[in-house]
Amino acid sequence: MFTSILIVIFLAALIGIILGISSIKFKVEGDPIIDKIDSILPQTQCGQCGFPGCKPYATAIANGAADINQCPPGGDEGIHKLADLLGVEYKPLNAEHGEPKPKSVAVIDEKTCIGCTLCIQACPVDAILGSAKHMHTIIEKECTGCELCLPPCPVDCIDMAPIEENAENWKWKYPVYKIDKSPERRVS
Amino acid sequence: MKVFEKIFKFNGGIQAKTKKNISTTSPIKQFGLPSKIILPLRQHIGKLAKLKVSVGDHVLKGQLIAEADGNVSAAIHAPTSGKVLSIEKQLIPHPSGLPDFCVEIEPDGKDKWVQIKPTNWKKIDLEKVNKLLLSSGIVGLGGAAFPTHLKLNHGKAENSLKTLIINAAECEPYITCDDMLMREKTNELILGIKLVHEILGVEESVIGIEDNKTVAINLLTKAIENEKNIFLKIVPTIYPSGDAKRLIYLLKGIKIPKSQRSSDYGIQMFNVATIVAIYRFLEFGEPSISRIVTITGNLRSPRNYEVLLGTPLEEIIDDAGGQVVKNNTFIMGGPMMGFKLPSINVPVTKAMNCIISSEPDMVEEKKPVLPCIRCARCAEACPVQLQPQELFWFSKSKQLEKAEEYNLFDCIECGCCSYVCPSNIPLVQYYRFAKSEIIEERQEQEQANIARERNEFRILRLEREKQERAERNALRRAQSSNEDKTKLIEEKRKAIADALKRIEAGGEEQ
Repeated sequence: MFTSILIVIFLAALIGIILGISSIKFKVEGDPIIDKIDSILPQTQCGQCGFPGCKPYATAIANGAADINQCPPGGDEGIHKLADLLGVEYKPLNAEHGEPKPKSVAVIDEKTCIGCTLCIQACPVDAILGSAKHMHTIIEKECTGCELCLPPCPVDCIDMAPIEENAENWKWKYPVYKIDKSPERRVS
Repeated sequence: MKVFEKIFKFNGGIQAKTKKNISTTSPIKQFGLPSKIILPLRQHIGKLAKLKVSVGDHVLKGQLIAEADGNVSAAIHAPTSGKVLSIEKQLIPHPSGLPDFCVEIEPDGKDKWVQIKPTNWKKIDLEKVNKLLLSSGIVGLGGAAFPTHLKLNHGKAENSLKTLIINAAECEPYITCDDMLMREKTNELILGIKLVHEILGVEESVIGIEDNKTVAINLLTKAIENEKNIFLKIVPTIYPSGDAKRLIYLLKGIKIPKSQRSSDYGIQMFNVATIVAIYRFLEFGEPSISRIVTITGNLRSPRNYEVLLGTPLEEIIDDAGGQVVKNNTFIMGGPMMGFKLPSINVPVTKAMNCIISSEPDMVEEKKPVLPCIRCARCAEACPVQLQPQELFWFSKSKQLEKAEEYNLFDCIECGCCSYVCPSNIPLVQYYRFAKSEIIEERQEQEQANIARERNEFRILRLEREKQERAERNALRRAQSSNEDKTKLIEEKRKAIADALKRIEAGGEEQ
């Protein structure tokens, strides 16, 4: 009786020490689930979800403060992926947060631009180049199409241009053909 | 010289009617000057070439029109002398059927060369040759259009190049441009092989040729009689023996594993036309401005043409007598891997090895597609030993991850599976769809990662700026409270004291 209690106490202490050491040694920085959610989000940083960026939204999802269907740029596919990751039911996109749009980039009409720098301050990915009283321009490659630069512009010189299909970004389409019913082959 | 040696047979493949004699009865015809030249800036794998001319410029034959943008790119030269008419988007021979940037040149008829000079390639090292080749615009002329200078290196230091393989298999039906080149430019080809052989410093050069090209085999056998290090190896006519990894296995018995290159195994391969292009560039200084194209199929006089790049295809088809049965359907490349041209109104590019005017049975006989019956004949035919039926299933249901797991990217899109399929399923189309879908997804992920990084950096920067501003303010406040304030108070005190003194003095006067 006494020995068995001793053994159990000893085992408990041993396991406790191992767990304690490994929790220090293999400490995970940050919350891995937030990073996983964040990697699914499209990183447009547009804030349509109601949070100031993709990471805050990911954090809110992880904490249960937000639903998985608030990201229009991620679209249906993104919601499916989030549902798979978190093991929850799929929900259609919440229309309150906007509709999915074709991928676009912002274009500044450089003749109209007065160089106020307001759009530069609004851009979440520093994709606008320019300085006070000098013309601004978009670094097309870095633009996520978040549209955050549109409202602050006092002269309305920024437009969203959908990315058109060209020989470079063109991809093979899903094959479409009719499957033959072959009525003569059907066994009557 | 050894002619016959053991040939290693690869799995699967097909034996189709080669239909090569349609275009081998007449010699190669020099097409000459077309009415206009349209040069697409995208003629190779990699980045678009960087433009070096503007509208209205007069250019000479061989003059640089656009230079390579970075290393994975190729330069473009004027095929004849003339005036630059326009630089705008025009239809190019691309499966998308979408227009792309092209330089249009109006030939002045003089065909005047820019000053070109041969390279003393025997005296300079490979690195310099590579730099020169970057400006030559030479790409793989077998149809893939991969920039050649990227292939001319020693390989990894520990296993330097030992074997140069010259791909003369030309395994797709209809195509005969390499065959005709070997027949008519045998000497140039041999000189080219010797040149590349010497530059790369390899021990042996092996020409791999299919046994249906008897004329070329005889000519080459005679030409290399006295060569010690050049061998000719004849491989059976089984499609796709011209695929790089298949040919290496046929000739050397080496299987190059997934995601590794032949240069890791001391082997480098060039197409015969590419070898001749390298020779003409290093020996005479001629950049890549023309190529041989097979114009075949349903035409009055099908044959091979040597044409300037940028020649409108329509003019060549007219020269070949036009279609016998009009159906306006043309295929670029072979019948197995080629694609239907969106229009005949496209220019000749570096990648254009063959144009097939569709024969009536190719267009009309659209066999109905039936459901997959899981007969696995595609698996038997697959030369890469994949499971085409599984890949089809995953691609069709868009289970892209699964498809990738089943080595979708090892598929060479040779079309053997579609060819043997009793249900006529366009299998390769599904694989191409799945591949480009996965590639796009990867690119999007990459872009998202960059956006995340930039966003995180911005937040960090704002934070830092805020902190710096706070520090500056604190400092200013601290400074003003110490020195400035005491100074100010002292000044005021002094002023009061002065005023008091004045009052005192004034009082005495009064």
